Amino acid sequence: MLRLVFLGRLGDIAGAGERTVADAPTVAALIGSLEPGLAAALADPRVRYAVNGLVCARGAAVPAGAEVAFLPAVSGG
Amino acid sequence: MVLDIRLTATAFDPGHELGAFMAVQSDAGGAGGIVSFTGGVRADHGVEALELTHYAPLTLPGMEALGAEAATRWALSGLLIVHRVGELRPGDPIVLVAAAARHRRAAFEAADFTMDHLKSAAWLWKRERVGGVWRWIEPRDADHADLARWAR
Repeated sequence: MLRLVFLGRLGDIAGAGERTVADAPTVAALIGSLEPGLAAALADPRVRYAVNGLVCARGAAVPAGAEVAFLPAVSGG
Repeated sequence: MVLDIRLTATAFDPGHELGAFMAVQSDAGGAGGIVSFTGGVRADHGVEALELTHYAPLTLPGMEALGAEAATRWALSGLLIVHRVGELRPGDPIVLVAAAARHRRAAFEAADFTMDHLKSAAWLWKRERVGGVWRWIEPRDADHADLARWAR
């Protein structure tokens, strides 16, 4: 199982700040397995991804049991 | 070189923190100049509260990398960053940056650089409550312009 973390406004869209889902091979595949509205928000080019605490690309591999964080653009002042 | 970089979920006293930082610099032989910046929650447009969210695996490590970058760009004898997370009220301090150097120019520039990056590039998400309704604060174009000042 993967632990997903949704930061900022993505938590509102996901309905919670965290969620547990089945393993997926890549970040892109993981996004594709989620409900369409959330998947569209996560695929926004301004959203960054982190797997086990390291920022990575959309095509990055996701190890079984990983924590995957979705990071929207950070707020300014 | 003293790098003191912290995230705190509880209120802090910028005067106390700056005093402690200055005491450490004094004990180490004295910086020629110390520049500090304190940012607080504005009471603009009916803001009742401001909440800052962080992501532990990235936020503090990113701030530490920022401090290390500032220390490579300027000859500093110390850099202090204290940043709040959690729910704040108008008037509460959000951030304190202090840079100590032999000469003032390096201290001013390092503090300015650090603040521009904290505001625009640190892994922090902010929302504000106005009239009982929470609203996420989106990035501003000015933030990117602030960062571009330091590109090289």
